[in-house]
Amino acid sequence: MADKKNVDSTSRRAFLKTSGVALGGLIVGGGVTSLLTGKASTEKKQTKTTKVDYSEALQFFKRSSDFDALSAATEAIYPEDENGPGAIKLGVPYYIDKQLAGSYGHNVNDYMKIPFQEGEAPLYNADIILQGVRRLNEVSNTQHKKLFKELTEDQQIEILTQFEQGKVKMRLVNSAIFFALLREMTLEGCYCDPVYGGNKNMAGWKMKEYPGAQMSYANIIEEEKFIKMQPVSLASHK
Amino acid sequence: MVKKLPKVDVVTTGMGWTGGIVSAELTKAGFKVVGLERGEERTTEDYLHGHDEVKYTVHKELMHKLNKDTITFRNNLNEVAKPVRNIASLTIGEGTGGGGAHWGAQTHRYYPYDFEIRTLTEKKYGKKKIPKDMLIQDWGITYDELEPYYVKFEEMAGISGEVDPLAGKRSKDYPNPPMRKTPSMKLFQKACEDLGYHPYTVPSATASQFYKNPDGEQLSACQYCSFCGNYGCEYGAKADPIVTVIPTAKKTGNFELRTNSEVTRVLYENGKATGVLYRDTRTGVEYEQPADLVVLTSYTFNNVRLLLLSGIGTPYNPKTGTGIIGKNYCDHHTIMGATGFFDDEKFNLYIGTGALGMACSDFTVDNFDHSNVDFIHGGQIEMHQFGNEPISNNAVPMGTPTWGKEFKKASLKYSNRQISVVAQRGIMPWKQHYLDLDPNYKDAYGDPLIRATFDYTDQDRNLNEFLVEKCAGVLKKMGASKIDKHVMPEHFGGNFTYQHDAGGAIMGNDPKTSAVNKYLQMWDCENLFVCGASAFPHFGTTNPTTTLGALTYHATEGMIKYLKKGGQLVK
Repeated sequence: MADKKNVDSTSRRAFLKTSGVALGGLIVGGGVTSLLTGKASTEKKQTKTTKVDYSEALQFFKRSSDFDALSAATEAIYPEDENGPGAIKLGVPYYIDKQLAGSYGHNVNDYMKIPFQEGEAPLYNADIILQGVRRLNEVSNTQHKKLFKELTEDQQIEILTQFEQGKVKMRLVNSAIFFALLREMTLEGCYCDPVYGGNKNMAGWKMKEYPGAQMSYANIIEEEKFIKMQPVSLASHK
Repeated sequence: MVKKLPKVDVVTTGMGWTGGIVSAELTKAGFKVVGLERGEERTTEDYLHGHDEVKYTVHKELMHKLNKDTITFRNNLNEVAKPVRNIASLTIGEGTGGGGAHWGAQTHRYYPYDFEIRTLTEKKYGKKKIPKDMLIQDWGITYDELEPYYVKFEEMAGISGEVDPLAGKRSKDYPNPPMRKTPSMKLFQKACEDLGYHPYTVPSATASQFYKNPDGEQLSACQYCSFCGNYGCEYGAKADPIVTVIPTAKKTGNFELRTNSEVTRVLYENGKATGVLYRDTRTGVEYEQPADLVVLTSYTFNNVRLLLLSGIGTPYNPKTGTGIIGKNYCDHHTIMGATGFFDDEKFNLYIGTGALGMACSDFTVDNFDHSNVDFIHGGQIEMHQFGNEPISNNAVPMGTPTWGKEFKKASLKYSNRQISVVAQRGIMPWKQHYLDLDPNYKDAYGDPLIRATFDYTDQDRNLNEFLVEKCAGVLKKMGASKIDKHVMPEHFGGNFTYQHDAGGAIMGNDPKTSAVNKYLQMWDCENLFVCGASAFPHFGTTNPTTTLGALTYHATEGMIKYLKKGGQLVK
């Protein structure tokens, strides 16, 4: 089990962060009411300098400790480097949160009838990811007495590798299945159309030199040279 | 409580290519046709905002959803089959257009050898060349007989292509010139020519120019936009039943489309079909639709399942080899070859279509001597430029990690620097590979699911190994810096991802070894026709649609003859 004190303080910090509230005096005031009443004025203040992204709040995840572990794991899978942003800056954790809150998280298009046999996971995608990110924190606590997000990159990679290889015990699902789903959803979040909350500012596409939702390449189909173009998103199809 | 409807001339079960072709041809001939479709009706307007990989490629917007039914799968008779649960692992079109909405639109014909495979193999190599349990058989129709109907399909769908010098004779050229060539295609072409092969541009049902078909339906010129296979075409440039045969049927005034209508049984009495039972998928209300002629026009799995659920024909028994329905099931979902990584060249790989590419037929069917190889048939060496989507295309050279720093770096570097050369293989039928009703898993209404039993055999492994070497050889000639050969797993894993399954209600010239005659008319039930790749006794090298389309055009002549005179069309 993760250290309770750690989990609590982390979750509060993350809540403050996702509420758009600056850290500071408000913690002293404590209590949810003051946080909520404080929100509006802070948002107003924020709009002067940066635009608030109202879509970046949690739909599926309830505990910030879960979301923090998810965020750190996606960043380890797709890290920021000299090419450009990593998963967190691309909005991948929010992409995954939104997907898990909706039909994909609950496998509405999959066949989920019993009986499930050996090797099959009788769990929804949302349950697999939630259990998995909690196990990331639990394993981190067991091996390093820290939360997953507090580990060094090498430590994170080592633990994720244990999951990838199916070595971490999970309930009703092999940890390799969790990892494969997490990796797949991370790549989706990096390269989806920005309408889904990932691939922020089309930065994933730009790194990949992928031009996005273009309507036609008929004019350049025979071009010998590589053509780099500014990507377009579905928002331009309205 | 079943509501009985007034009788019609013809009822079809599914409005993809086969249902569309049957509806167009029979309504043109003056018959009243009701087309039942379990999905919704679509128009090109549905595809206007569709350039979305998550929605179409990842979440399978156009495909049949598995929440009410799926298929089950196992490798051999001793296993308990598991349901294919994840929609990402089972692609079956749904809604008007069916598979013809999401297809990649590669439109090769099969070869003369395919239609007389047993006769020609035995003649050339002797009976011993064919292993005991390999159930290849002649199709009951020859290439020459089918050729005019290939032309009919190609003219309807406006195929753009150039002649494959090693394919069967054509009575007419393709209706449209081939697709334009990208630099990667030219590189493949040159390499194949240097190796002495015979490359040609892959024929496609994405029109290379504006085209009006013989029924007066129009196709726009393809824009090479890359949102093609898995997607519907907003331009109406990819031939799809919704822009070709369905409007043709509607124009006659003899066609009625009923959507949200899922056929559950063929009604059968005294050796004849009396109609079908179907369910409104929204209300659950059941209807009986009587008809003079019933045509099964669903996908392979559902055609066979309907026959088995309705108790028509004798189910196949893999232990004794007796019975017919379900036999010769062939899965075509393993395409391997090699991937080449090019350090010094960069291609516009984000451009493409579902069929854009080049191929050569030097190693397919019996186009080369098989005396000294331990397999029959062959594969087509091909390369494609589909328009690489960013989520689905992240291959990195073997040995590179598949996530983390090194992965990111390599996947970005090679995203426009990799070309795969692959081989589509012919898949032979075996005694132990078949379809039947699953004893454990049911659909939402209590009917058993269809169960597929299939695995790789030595024939597959030996042929695959032979072809992978050829693919790698082409990439070497193309100048790839690093070549990774694809590795075939020990067993087929059950990913049915591009709707290429055949057999189960196979055609032939003998009621003892086939379910339908060359008009796809059931031997056991003269007013029931079963259209689709379910009729293929083996899976030919390439994509099935052109051949199943030609067979269906041929079958419609039989249906018209039957509606006028009755009786078995082949004695």
